[in-house]
Parts: sequence; structure tokens; C-alpha cells
Amino acid sequence: MLNRTVFLVVCFVLLFGVQSYSAETIKIGVPGAHSGDLASYGLPTIKAVELVVKEINAGGGVNGRQVEIYAEDDACKPEVATNAATKLVSMKVDAIVGHICSGATKAAMGIYKNANLVAISPSATNPELTQSGDYPNFFRTIASDDLQASTQVDFILNNLKLTKIAVVHDKQDYGKGLAEFAKQFIEKSGRAQVVLFEGVTSGAVDYSAIVQKIKRSKAEIVLYGGYHPEASKIITQMRKKKMKTLFISGDGVKADTFIKVAAQNAEGIYATGQADTSQNSVMIKAKNDLKKVYGEDPGNFFENAYSAALALLNAIDKADSTDYDKLVHALRSEYVETPVGKISFDKHGDAIGVGFSVYQVRNSAFVEVK
Amino acid sequence: MEYFIELFLSGLTRGSIYALIALGYTMVYGIIGLINFAHGEIYMIGAFTALIFANLLTVWGWPTAAILICAGSAAVIYSCAYGYTVEKIAYKPLRNAPRLSPLISAIGMSIFLQNYVLLAQTSDFMPFPSLIPDFDFMEPVAHIIGSSDLVIMVTTFVVMLLLTLIIKFTRIGKAMRATAQDKKMALLIGVDVNKVISATFVIGSGLAAIGGLLIASHVGQINFYIGFLAGIKAFTAAVLGGIGSMPGAMLGGLLLGWTESFATGYVSSDYEDVFAFSLLVLILIFKPNGILGRKEAKKV
Repeated sequence: MLNRTVFLVVCFVLLFGVQSYSAETIKIGVPGAHSGDLASYGLPTIKAVELVVKEINAGGGVNGRQVEIYAEDDACKPEVATNAATKLVSMKVDAIVGHICSGATKAAMGIYKNANLVAISPSATNPELTQSGDYPNFFRTIASDDLQASTQVDFILNNLKLTKIAVVHDKQDYGKGLAEFAKQFIEKSGRAQVVLFEGVTSGAVDYSAIVQKIKRSKAEIVLYGGYHPEASKIITQMRKKKMKTLFISGDGVKADTFIKVAAQNAEGIYATGQADTSQNSVMIKAKNDLKKVYGEDPGNFFENAYSAALALLNAIDKADSTDYDKLVHALRSEYVETPVGKISFDKHGDAIGVGFSVYQVRNSAFVEVK
Repeated sequence: MEYFIELFLSGLTRGSIYALIALGYTMVYGIIGLINFAHGEIYMIGAFTALIFANLLTVWGWPTAAILICAGSAAVIYSCAYGYTVEKIAYKPLRNAPRLSPLISAIGMSIFLQNYVLLAQTSDFMPFPSLIPDFDFMEPVAHIIGSSDLVIMVTTFVVMLLLTLIIKFTRIGKAMRATAQDKKMALLIGVDVNKVISATFVIGSGLAAIGGLLIASHVGQINFYIGFLAGIKAFTAAVLGGIGSMPGAMLGGLLLGWTESFATGYVSSDYEDVFAFSLLVLILIFKPNGILGRKEAKKV
């Protein structure tokens, strides 16, 4: 009997413990892939936001209010993302830095829209998110896929001067979107042809059949839309078949994990990623802080997340409020210095001042191709 | 024609792996009528064990062949131990429970093992060293088949041959067949049924570990989640061939591999899974027990 009473008391205390946060703080939700196979895309975001918030809190907060972080895991799955979003809304957060994957972001955006919450994603690059006009509350600190696809196609046509391109994707929002834009741009240019356009199943046991097909299509280069696990599998199987076909992909592949996993097969692979801003002073400071606090090098989208947090808190500061309309206005009108450059947001929510470059793997590192 | 042969061989490689894993499903089902959903995770654990040992031995500078043998044996032993333990923890206490309980227990075990490996290792993909030696054939064979494909096929064939011999000619094989036929009767004539069931789990797990090692070395990467899709595909293969039947599992695996490979090659890889599962549905409509499945005798 006593045990049960003690248990109930403990339950009540726990319940109050959770609810007793101060109403005065600014609460920022950080949803993203914090577990699962894409966790390496999501975890750096938490660290980036923590660094920004720590510094701002130490300096007295935003307009005298301290900032708190609420991280939620969505594992990059749309169905989990809606749960995470609902939970964040019910916690009454003031704004969101996230989500990470385009599919998950799309699933969660409607929920934030209904709750009048601004969300800034560091990494969701699907063009529809901004261009469809469905999500006026959505912003991002990364350039969208159509820009990325056109960078890739321009590079293939103008620098590499190739004419036979196999376009392969992973049938998911980000990868397929990128691949479809690329196909459009190639066909519009009239200077090259798409010899193969297909989707692979992500996580499949092996890809030798699609690799055969690429070989048979006599493509000079494979343009892949998707993430690094599949890309490195396809590359490995291509190289095992002694195919020398070139390979280009996007920022889903431009990750150090890709080089680690694909090892020597990664050599010579092209990937687009955001323009190199490593000499930017805010970038250097962010990197140093990360090294100091966590003893780590920046992971995927770290600088975008850092920029998103800076832009958001700057906007709250300038708007002097977390009110939705004032916040959106401030995001669209105020420029802020971030690791990815001096940015503001256009009327769609895309960051002004962010661009792409092409990189190539040389001696196990991504080197910018000039 | 050359393209056809390439696709045929690629389907054979993939099908061999499916068949290796499917055998574990089908054997367990044949003996105790349980679908062991944690089997895909045993395959994953096999691959991880091989990775850990291979990395260790590479640091010590062992030659590749020795690494392959040692890492392979370690993978098999570890997986067997896991298979044995899983049965003891998750299924044995539920042997006389309603059929649904062990099934739920199996799914729980699968989720547990995935998360266990996730926490112990990382969620990242990890590079898997190329344990299968890369050697070149002479042209024109070289660009049709690679060494790792050949090794996978041959290994699968040898392992299956050995398994068939074990089931046909050894004491434990005889006991397994007896138990599959009638558990109670086998018990009455002095077969240690518990031992037979454990042996079934151990053998199935060993096969899965070999599959895990081979495919990880073939594609060069692993993470904690690889068992899920492979498990589902292998389970499909087992059902296709007739769950409970060992030749059925082999046939089902190969058939599934070929279907996927040819669907990718001649239609589009967009429809790889569509064709695979359509085949399953078709077979189940016309032959509900699978291709080589026997009709289950109604026990009165």
C-alpha cells in the first residue's frame, strides 16, 4: 500500500517537474534525425543550435529572455515527424529550427502552419517547400534542389563536356526531386541526352542489376539523387565491375561518411555542395567554438543550422517579439552575418546569398573544383 | 544474350543470399511452427562480428585469407550463440502459449537486437573490408561476373549441400525430421526435442551469419538496420518456396532474386519490389502453401 502511494507521489512530482519551466524563456524546437541511419545529418544541428543559444544566453539572452532548446527525434521519417511536430506545438515552443529531411519537413510543416510557428530548416532542399507557396511559415538556410540540379547539369555540359547521362535516384522526396530537375535541365539544354532514368530501392541487398543497366546504357556519367549509403553501394559495385563511368551527386552525398564508407572507390567522385565559406569569420568562430565545447569537427549541415539559429534569434531580437507576423517580417527584411554568408530570406523563404559549388574527392577529401 | 546472362548471374547472387537467410526461417517454422522475425537481426549481427574481427586482425597485419577464415568463424560462432540465446529467452518460455505470443516476442526481440547494436556500435554506415579476394577472370568472362559473385554462389551451394547431408544422414538431422513431423511422438520415442529445437536455431543462425558476411563484403558497407529488409525479402522467399520446406526456401530465394534482377534489367528498377511481391501474391493465390510446400495435416 505504502509502495503504491510512494509511486503515485513520485509520478505527480515528475509531472510537475516537466511542466514547471519558466514561461519567460524563448523556446526553440529542434526536430530532426537524431537516431537511425541518417542521424549523422541531424545531430550536428543540435550542437550548432546549442552553441548559438549558449552564447546568447551568456550575453543576457534575447531582449532579456533566456533561450531554451527542445530537441525531438524524427528519424527522417514523415510519420514520426508529424508526432514530433505535434509534441513541439503542445510544448508551446516559439519557433523551430528543423526538420532535416525534406520528406519529414513537408509532413510537419502543415502542423506548424496551423500553430502559427516559424520553422527554419538547415537542410531540407526540396524546391516545392518554398516554391509551392503552401508553407509561408517555412524558411531555409540552404539553397534548393533545382539550383543544385542546374549546377550539376551545367558542370557536366560545360566543364566535363559529356553527352550521355544516366540519371538515378532513390525514389524519395529529396533524391527524386533532384533527379527530375536534372532531367528537365538536360533535356532543355538539347546538348545531352538522358540515357537512363530510374529509381533504386534504398536499403536493398545489392544493386548489381541496376549497375548492369547503367553499363548497358553506355552512359558517360551517372547523376545520382539521394543519400550517401546507396551512392557508395552503387559506386562500389560499379568499380567492382571495372566500370570507369564518372559519378556526380548532391549534398546528400557530400559527407565525410561517404568517403569513409566508399574508401578508395570514392576517388574522383563529383558532388555539389554549398559554396565554400570556410574563410568567413563567423564560420571560423563557429568551428572553433564547436572544437572547444565538443572537441569535434563540424558534421553535415552544421553551418546551416548555426546560420538558422542566428537568423532566427536575430529576427526575434529585431522584432522584439515571438509573434508570428512580426517574426516573419523581420526574417524577410533583416540581414544577418552567418557562417554561410550574409543572408536574409526572400518572399518564398529561400535564403538570399547562399549558393552551390562542385567538389571532387581527391585523396580522401572533397576539394572544390574551380 | 550477354545482358541476359549478366542479369541471370546477378539474380543468382542476390537469390543465393536470400536463400541462405530463408533457410533459417523455414527450418524454425518447420520444427516449431514459429516465424522467427529476429532472424534478420542475427544476419546483421553476423556481419558486425565479422567486421569487428576483420578490423582487429587487419590491425595486427594478418593476411586476407586468414582474416576471412577467422572473421567468418567468429561470425558464425557469435551468431549461433545469439540464435541459441534468443530461442532460450524469447521463445522457450512461450512454447505452450497461444501462437500469437511467440510471434510478438519475436518482433520484440528483433527491435531489441537492432537497438542493442545501434547503441553498441553507431547509427552510421561503416565501411566493410573486402574480405573476398578480388581476382580477375579472363576476358570475356571478366566483365560478366566478378570474383565476389562467384564466391557467394559457390559458398551458398556448398553450404546448402552440407546442410542437406546433415539433415539426411546425421543423428541430429534424423531427430529434426522426426520433430518436424510430430513433436509429441518424437518426444515419446526418446528424442530430446529441446535439444533439437536449439540445434535448429543454431544451424539457421550460422547460415544467416555466412550470408551477412558475404553480402557485407560484396557491397562494402553495413549498419545496424541491414537485417530488416534482408529479413523481409528472405521471409518472402521462404513463403514463396513453401515455408517449412528446405528445398522450397532455396528455390524461393533464387526465384525472388531472378525476378528482381530481370524486373530491374528489362523493365525498371522502380518496379523491382512490385514484381517481387506480385510474384508472391500470384503463387499464393494458385498454390497457397508455396511452390514446394506440403499441405499441413490437420491435427485432431
